[in-house]
Amino acid sequence: MSTAIDELFERTRGENRAALVGYLPAGFPSKELSIRAIEAMIEGGVDLVEVGLPYSDPVMDGPVIQAAADQALSAGTRPADVIDVVRASAATGTPTVVMTYWNPVERYGVDRFAADLAAAGGSGLITPDLIPDEGAEWIAASHAHDLDRIFLVAPSSTDERLAMTVEAASGFVYATAVMGVTGAREQTSSLGEALVARVQKVTDKPVGVGLGVSNGAQAHSIAAYADAVIVGSALVRCLLDAPDETAGLDAIRSLARDLRAGVERS
Amino acid sequence: MTYAQPDTTGHFGRFGGRFMPEALVAPLDELDHAWTDAKADPAFMAELNRMLREYANVPSPLYEAHRFSEAAGARILLKREDLNHTGAHKIRNVIGQALLAKRIGKPRAIAETGAGQHGVASATACAYLDLECTVYMGEVDTERQALNVARMKMLGAEVVSVTSGSRTLKDAINEALRDWVASVDTTSYLFGTAAGPHPFPSMVRDLTRGIGDEARAQVLALDGRLPDAAVACVGGGSNAIGLFTAFVDDADVRLVGIEAGGDGVETGRHAATITGGEVGVLHGARSFLLQDEDGQTVESHSISAGLDYPGVGPEHSYLAEIGRASYVPATDAAAMSAFDLLCKTEGIIPAIESAHALAGALDLAKELGPDATILVNLSGRGDKDVHTAAEYFGLIQEPVVLEQGVEE
Repeated sequence: MSTAIDELFERTRGENRAALVGYLPAGFPSKELSIRAIEAMIEGGVDLVEVGLPYSDPVMDGPVIQAAADQALSAGTRPADVIDVVRASAATGTPTVVMTYWNPVERYGVDRFAADLAAAGGSGLITPDLIPDEGAEWIAASHAHDLDRIFLVAPSSTDERLAMTVEAASGFVYATAVMGVTGAREQTSSLGEALVARVQKVTDKPVGVGLGVSNGAQAHSIAAYADAVIVGSALVRCLLDAPDETAGLDAIRSLARDLRAGVERS
Repeated sequence: MTYAQPDTTGHFGRFGGRFMPEALVAPLDELDHAWTDAKADPAFMAELNRMLREYANVPSPLYEAHRFSEAAGARILLKREDLNHTGAHKIRNVIGQALLAKRIGKPRAIAETGAGQHGVASATACAYLDLECTVYMGEVDTERQALNVARMKMLGAEVVSVTSGSRTLKDAINEALRDWVASVDTTSYLFGTAAGPHPFPSMVRDLTRGIGDEARAQVLALDGRLPDAAVACVGGGSNAIGLFTAFVDDADVRLVGIEAGGDGVETGRHAATITGGEVGVLHGARSFLLQDEDGQTVESHSISAGLDYPGVGPEHSYLAEIGRASYVPATDAAAMSAFDLLCKTEGIIPAIESAHALAGALDLAKELGPDATILVNLSGRGDKDVHTAAEYFGLIQEPVVLEQGVEE
C-alpha cells in the first residue's frame, strides 16, 4: 500500500523537483515552541518533517544538534512529548517521521512506540544507529503499524550492505553525503552524488541526501541528482542564534523558503 | 559443552551486536577481518608476544599474599598486572590494537579515556609504534586527573578535553566515535575496554585473555590444582574478561566480577551496571546499562574513575545471564578499606579499581573459609590514585600544588 511518504515523492517527481526534508528536535527550546518552529518551516516550504527525539548520547550529531538535544532534555522532554509534537506536525497535513537513536525506542517498547507513533499520524522512523542487521523487531513493528523504515547508507557502505539496506528500507533511503556527523559545512562533498548513483543502480526507491546542507544553493546542486534534500543543523541554528522567539521563527521560515527555492530543478 | 561466544555477528546470546551508524559498519567489518587474519598469522602473534615480553613486562607474576591472606581468612593469590609497563593490564590491549593498526597501515590512532589509564597506555603504544595519537577525555576528568593529562602530552599525544554531555568517559567515547566516523580511512580507534560494537568486545578479550591463561598455568604450577574462585573488578570489563576467559570451561572455578557500588547501589549513586542497571543499547552494543525510564543514560558514580562508566561489556551481561559468572558490588568504603589493608599488609598500593576486587575477595573469603584459594586480578597499581586515596584517608588537607620556583 502507498504511504504518505510514497505519495509525497510521487508528487515531487511529478513537479520535477526534489522534496525538502527539515529536521527539528522536539522540546527545543520548549515543547510549544518546537511545534511553532515546525509549523514555521512547513510554512516556508518543507515537504517532510523529521522530529528529533532528544537523546543523551547522540554519536552521529555535531555540536549544534547536541546543544539543542541537551536543552530539550534539560527542559524535561520525554518520548510522550515527542509523540505530541509529531501529532501537531502531522495535523498540518505534512508527512512527519521521528529521527531517533535506538535505546529510547527499545526502552519505550518497540511495538508500543510504533503504535503510538502511528496513532499520532506519524509516518515512520529514521534510525541513525539501527542498521537492518539489528532491526528485526522494528521491521516487524513497522509492518504491523504501516510505518516507513528509513535506514541510512554511507559512502563507506559496501555494495552488499547498500543492496541489503535499500531492500530493508521504505519511504526513502537516507544517503549521508559525507563521512562525518551532522552540521553545516561550507561545501557539500562530491561523495553524495556518487553514493546516490550507487543507490539508484539497485533501486527506484527515492533517495534523500543529508549532512552538511545549509542553504538554497547547496540544496539546488543536490536536487539535480537526489529525490530529497535533508536539512537539520542549519534550521536548528536559527533557533539557537536567535535573540528572541519571533526572530527565530522568522529565520526558520526564511531559511526554509530559500531551501525550497533551491530544490526546484528548473 | 565448550563455551563458544560470540556468534559470527558479535552476539553473546541476546547481548552485543552492532548498534552503530552505517558509515562505521563496513570499517568495523574490515577491522574484524583484519584481526581474524592477524591472530591466525604466526609472525604477527610472535611479534606481539615479543613486544609484550620485552616491552610490557608480560607475563606478570603470580604472588601469594601471605599477610593479606591471614587478614582475609582465606588464601589469596594476586595476579600482578600492576607490575606491567604503564602500571595496569591495559597495555596488553593497547599494544595489540596499535600493532594491528600498523599492520592495516593507518597512521593515526584515537582513544577515549576516563581516569587516563587507557589514554596513557595508548599514548605509550603510539610513541612505541610511531603512530599519531589523539586522546579524548571528559573535561571533568582532565581536571581531576591532571597528572595523567601531562603524562599523555609528554608521550607525544594530543589530549582533547570533551565539553559535551556530562563531560566524562561516556562523552569522551561519543566524541571519539564522532572523530572516527569522519576519519576512519586513516585512523584506528584503540577502544579501551571489552565493550562497544563488534568486533571490539571479542578482540579486546583476545588481547587481554593472557591474564587468565598465564594465571591458570601459574596456579596449576604452584598448587597442582585450580583456584576455587577468580575475582576481578568490572567497569567496562576488560581485565575481568581477560581473567575469566581461561576459566570459563572450568565449572568448579567460581567467577566473580566486582562492580563499583559507589555510595551503595540502594542510593542510586553507583556504577554497578549489572547489579543495578537494565538491558539497553549504549555505545554500539546491547548490554546492561544505567538508564532512566526513557532510555537516557544516567551518570555513574564511583571513587574509582576507571570503573565510573554507566555501561559494561556485553559478554559480562551474557555470563551473568547464563549464571556462569556472578557480579556483586563493592562500595567506595569497602574498596578503600581493602586498599588500606593491602598497603599495610603487603607493601603494595593497588589501583582503586583493583581494590574493589580485593574487597570482593575479602567477602568471598568469609564465605569460602580458610581452605579456599582465591585468585584476584590486581589489575593496576595505585600511583595514579595516591592523591584520591590521601584525600580519602585525610592524609593531606588540600591538593599539593608546586608553585613555580618553589621546591618541595
